[in-house]
Amino acid sequence: MTVKEKNMNGTDTRVSGADALLRCLIEEGVDTIFGYPGGTIMPVYDKLLDYSQSLRHILTRHEQGAAHAAQAYAMVTGKPGVCFATSGPGATNLVTGIANAFLDSVPVVFITAQVVSGLIGTDAFQETDILGISMPVTKWNAQVKKAEDIPSAIARAFYIARSGRPGPVLVDIAKDAQVEKLSYSYSKCTYIRSYNPVIPLHMRDVESAAVMINHAEKPLILAGHGVTISGATEELKALAVKGGIPVAVTLLGLPAFPQGHRLYAGLLGMHGNYAPNMLTNSADLIIAVGMRFDDRVTGNIKKYAPDARIIHIEIDKAEINKNVQVDLEINNDAREVLTALLPLVREKSRENWIREFRILDRIEYEKVIRPETEPEEGDIRMGEVVSLVSELTGGNAVVVTDVGQHQMAVARYYRFNEKSTLVTSGGMGTMGFGLPACLGAACGNPGKPVVSFIGDGGFQMTLQELGTLMQYRIPVKILILNNGFLGMVRQWQEMFFNRRYASTEMVNPDFVAIAGAYGIAAQRVSRREELRDAVKKMLEAEGPYILETAISREANILPMVEPGASVSEVTLTY
Amino acid sequence: MIKQEYTISLFTEDHIGILSRITLILTRRQINIESITASESAVSGIQMLTMVVRTTPEMVNKVARQIEKLVDVIKVFVHTSTEIISQEIALYKVSTKGLMSGSMIDNLVRKYHARILEVTPEYIVVEKSGSKNEITDLLAFLEPCGVLQFTRSGRIAVTRQVKELNAYLKEMDEIGRPSHEPSEIYN
Ligand SMILES: Cc1ncc(C[n+]2csc(CCOP(=O)(O)OP(=O)(O)O)c2C)c(N)n1
Repeated sequence: MTVKEKNMNGTDTRVSGADALLRCLIEEGVDTIFGYPGGTIMPVYDKLLDYSQSLRHILTRHEQGAAHAAQAYAMVTGKPGVCFATSGPGATNLVTGIANAFLDSVPVVFITAQVVSGLIGTDAFQETDILGISMPVTKWNAQVKKAEDIPSAIARAFYIARSGRPGPVLVDIAKDAQVEKLSYSYSKCTYIRSYNPVIPLHMRDVESAAVMINHAEKPLILAGHGVTISGATEELKALAVKGGIPVAVTLLGLPAFPQGHRLYAGLLGMHGNYAPNMLTNSADLIIAVGMRFDDRVTGNIKKYAPDARIIHIEIDKAEINKNVQVDLEINNDAREVLTALLPLVREKSRENWIREFRILDRIEYEKVIRPETEPEEGDIRMGEVVSLVSELTGGNAVVVTDVGQHQMAVARYYRFNEKSTLVTSGGMGTMGFGLPACLGAACGNPGKPVVSFIGDGGFQMTLQELGTLMQYRIPVKILILNNGFLGMVRQWQEMFFNRRYASTEMVNPDFVAIAGAYGIAAQRVSRREELRDAVKKMLEAEGPYILETAISREANILPMVEPGASVSEVTLTY
Repeated sequence: MIKQEYTISLFTEDHIGILSRITLILTRRQINIESITASESAVSGIQMLTMVVRTTPEMVNKVARQIEKLVDVIKVFVHTSTEIISQEIALYKVSTKGLMSGSMIDNLVRKYHARILEVTPEYIVVEKSGSKNEITDLLAFLEPCGVLQFTRSGRIAVTRQVKELNAYLKEMDEIGRPSHEPSEIYN
């Protein structure tokens, strides 16, 4: 239909590709978009003004920030995050954020603009092959060159991102397709022939699992991110309680099981708790739920769980038998499997087995936890800051971290429970994640405070996002744990490179003054006596707030399963 | 663990980029693709890829699962050579002078079951289909007469198993297809 025709009869229902895109997003329940504009995506941004009632756009200060923010938004809301970027450098700036969401199985729909379709493949100005670049780090991606293909591509994108094992997807839309008109209609995608996230449950496997559990004397549950993704925390608790089975968690699985619970066994892995690492190698049965036996969890795989049979409950079949060979695979959704398993599991108390954990807990408490969380003298320790925040928030917070020692301190000393949400970069360990992630989390209106712990190094990787906090008055509470070092790398240098501190010491700026320049309230503490009041003040503040804490410069995170060591060869003190 | 030869046959939707995604998985695991053939399958709209790789039994299963996980991949089968019926085809361009000597030509047809496609005063083009070994044997046989060009196709294979792709498609449809298609159309 031509413009002329439209003017004559006035009944044109055709809209531009950009318009259609935004309508599709609204259909999918999107209310917030994180992004950054540029030449090729301008038609979409222009249309955003017409939909400002239903779509809020948060302009970050870098596309990486938009990507992390969208991921965090997804993690607190349970809805896919949405992120816009322009072609070329805009798209490539997303890559770290896409990869981060990919490794942690978070649904984010990335929309990148592309040069006009006729120029694709010619090295046109700001053309990059983002489809090719993002291929290894997206669950799915596609390019759209015609406006009429936009609705179906977006529908697929959302369906794929959120179903099965969730993950990021990318749709690259040529500029002319954003401008071109189409007759708009939308139907959500509910089925793709080559992709079947719904797997029929084989009861026979569930029955076998029950037999293995009922016969085990020392079973141990390993709970991962899949437990919270599938909404199986209640089912997991019921199973653990009924079977008297201790539950250890991975980093992203921390909120999967309440830490106050008598069956909570602790955090697994390199800087995890003493008992679950040691006792992995005593267990006679491991029940892994929604986790993938990452090397940071297993330590030396050749010496991993030698006495245990392994049941792996996992929605992603490719994760099963990838790192460890299992005895029983149940390739399905965690919640569905646990629900079916519960009635078949016999009630047991397994007190002797649980006592083994408590004995090791005691040792860890005396040697590591108490000195870290209740020191009486010396510089402030990360552990005491984290446990103070934990106490003052009662676990009722969205806890965001960056990457490094402070991240491990949070994982170890924040007491997660049913009210807590954790947003951290697990699989990728992306420094610079914390600041944009906390603003994205807060945009999801979690109904609880958003508290972010960030190292002095990581903070400076994405500190431009303070501009975003300022512009939108996003009420996040940021603790900069400042040890003047790239702490985690320094720790490795101390332990494995003869204390040769190659490029890990940092001359830092005045963080309080930087906050001030952005109009953000801030305070610095360096004395233990001031800490409690300072944290209280931060938590009570209305808007964004930064609390910089001077931390002991050369403290180490312990225990540690050193590289190459077995999980039962934990280093407790160094 | 010992490496051995596997034929990976897989069925995909006919989507741009899917081949890249598949080869990325093999590249990350340092698996070389010895041959690859893409074609239509018996079901219209569905592509079939046949790849020959050498790797361990453990690894071939890992990559097969990773490939099958790709959104546009429908089904992946891994077979050892005994489980399939496979053929390759090769073309040999040989100098006419060399080939005309002795009983070469006779043997070519009788012993090696090859076909002659084109004869000129300078060269003769010979075609042979068969197993990889048969094709290599013929190459060795022709070598003394001067092989000017040689090319071999990737492997094509059908399986001995009875259950066909259509049956899998039907099964997948039954599991996955929602009981009612959403009817809302928005304007
Ligand atoms: C983008 C990126 N670059 C490098 C690293 C390697 N790395 C891991 S932890 C770390 C040090 C982090 O230092 P800081 O942010 O000060 O936190 P701390 O360990 O002191 O708590 C580095 C450099 C990384 N994880 N991410």
